[in-house]
Amino acid sequence: MRWIQAFKMALKGIASNKIRSALTMLGIIIGVSAVIVMVSIVQGSTRQVTERLQGMGTNLINLSIRGRGSTRRVNEKDLLEFAQNNSDIIEGIAPTISGNVTVKVGNKNLQTNLVGTNEVYETARNTSVQQGRFINALDVERRQKVALVGTYIQQELFDSINPVGQHIKINGDIYTVVGVLEAKSNSTAGSADDVVVIPYTTAKRLLRNAMISSYYVQAKTPDTVEQAMTKLKDFLFKIFNNENSYMVFNQADMLESVNEATKSMTMMLGGIAGISLVVGGIGIMNIMLVSVTERTREIGIRKAVGAKRRDILAQFLIEAVVVSCLGGIVGVLLGIIFTNIIGNALGIPSTPTMLTMLISFSFSAFVGIFFGLYPASKASKLSPIQALRVE
Amino acid sequence: MIRIENMYKIYRMGSNEVCALNGVSLHVKPKEFVAIIGPSGSGKSTLMNIIGCLDTPTSGRYFLDGEEVSKLKDDSLASIRNRKIGFIFQSFNLLPKFSAVENVELPLIYMGVGKKERRKMAIEALERVGLGNRIHHKPSELSGGQQQRVAIARAFVSKPSIILADEPTGSLDSKSGTEIMNIIHELHASGKTIVLITHDNNIAAQAERIIRIHDGKILDEGEVA
Ligand SMILES: Nc1ncnc2c1ncn2[C@@H]1O[C@H](COP(=O)(O)OP(=O)(O)OP(=O)(O)O)[C@@H](O)[C@H]1O
Ligand SMILES: [Mg+2]
Repeated sequence: MRWIQAFKMALKGIASNKIRSALTMLGIIIGVSAVIVMVSIVQGSTRQVTERLQGMGTNLINLSIRGRGSTRRVNEKDLLEFAQNNSDIIEGIAPTISGNVTVKVGNKNLQTNLVGTNEVYETARNTSVQQGRFINALDVERRQKVALVGTYIQQELFDSINPVGQHIKINGDIYTVVGVLEAKSNSTAGSADDVVVIPYTTAKRLLRNAMISSYYVQAKTPDTVEQAMTKLKDFLFKIFNNENSYMVFNQADMLESVNEATKSMTMMLGGIAGISLVVGGIGIMNIMLVSVTERTREIGIRKAVGAKRRDILAQFLIEAVVVSCLGGIVGVLLGIIFTNIIGNALGIPSTPTMLTMLISFSFSAFVGIFFGLYPASKASKLSPIQALRVE
Repeated sequence: MIRIENMYKIYRMGSNEVCALNGVSLHVKPKEFVAIIGPSGSGKSTLMNIIGCLDTPTSGRYFLDGEEVSKLKDDSLASIRNRKIGFIFQSFNLLPKFSAVENVELPLIYMGVGKKERRKMAIEALERVGLGNRIHHKPSELSGGQQQRVAIARAFVSKPSIILADEPTGSLDSKSGTEIMNIIHELHASGKTIVLITHDNNIAAQAERIIRIHDGKILDEGEVA
């Protein structure tokens, strides 16, 4: 009952000084919306990166052989044998070799990315085939001149007709198209869809590359990823006797480092925006102090008719909290709007999470309490006759 | 009802000391109507503020209804002011942004009276002082005499036993002053204890008893009529 009364009186106090209250709120509005926008954009870009990483395939381990610091070599046969010996934890290994090639159909030609690999690549890299088939073990074994094309190549060279069974010239050699890959990106030049895939055995010859240095290792299940990595590292160390000769990492590692980076980014940006909230709070304190001075006589009258300290305290404190919470609400709304606008402008689809909104709003309420407390307690401690004597 | 024993109020201003009350002893009986009269600066308002629990004495004892209030803390004093005392000031002391009825409701808010009941009591009080048709006027839309009547309504709306009036007619013309005094007489007749402070001998003469004060000392406690 008392609190409802105090709340009504606070609203009256705010309403009787609209412009000043609005200006006071502005600090909080800017602070809250800045926190929401910054945190949401960072979260949006994190999500984007995370999705991209996850799109690369599950249970994936990347291996790259650098050969540095050792004269020893490892080739794809050794690694495929290793995979077979550990088939309880490793699903398969996709040796991968890539390079730039010229592809030609009829009189149209263009530069594209070539990937030479085997059948494991399809599942390891989460690649799907929309027409035809993927490379199979036989293609690899017999060094078949077969190719899959990305949607960009299909569009540009085959005028979007079904290219399966057609011929394509890669660096002058004739290949048979056996499949079309599902679009992974937006089918533009330079994107993941600007690609041709052929067996790695064929690619080694085409690119005149004797050594394959990049492998995708697919673990059986997410649980065996760690185990597979350890086995792989042991295997490689036995060969190279030097940890710098190879690099083994998985998505979880990458996700973790992305998360680490964005966490500190969120903290930093949120912190900067938080400072503006504190500045807004100081604004509230300033205005409330002025208000207490201006309304000394009112306080005196209220005390004369029986207001206790806590009544006056509640009135002024609630006034500060209501101002900051109203500012907080407007700030949240503006924050949502600006997150959308800025997110669209940057191409980072982001929406503020409930948690972000809740935290920044509660922070604004907290700012109101914290910075309203001193002026309110000052008001509550005024002696009634001294307050009444003020003109 | 009001008993004051050997009360001192000393204001310290730097090295200066002003002795506003210099050993005052005073006794007011229930339902009495006393006037306190004295020249400017004699300590009348100081005395009234202490009687009204707005201020505390430097030394001396003050009993109100048998309870010693000179030792009480802020909030207990606020509660006594709320329940037992109604103030009428020379300068009205209304809240300028509140309407007449809202001003009158103020003591009831702190008393914890519910909204509907409060409004009803406030309107009744305003009707009693003849302002039933002005309840939504702001103080700035009322004449001085009307403002003082709002202040009187506020003073008795919470049904206190004591009404303290510090020169209630001091800033009014004689016609409004007479109206105000009539209301005060009515309040007295309805059983309130009235302590009235004034400069004016004619007004003081309307009381049952006149207490004369000078330089913080009581010269004459008067005799009950
Ligand atoms: N807050 C204060 N600080 C210092 N001195 C004060 C204070 N209040 C009152 N005094 C002094 O105490 C004395 C009594 O003041 P008080 O207001 O009680 O006089 P009064 O009889 O009400 O006078 P008036 O008829 O002019 O209202 C005066 O000398 C005044 O200067
Ligand atoms: Mg005075």
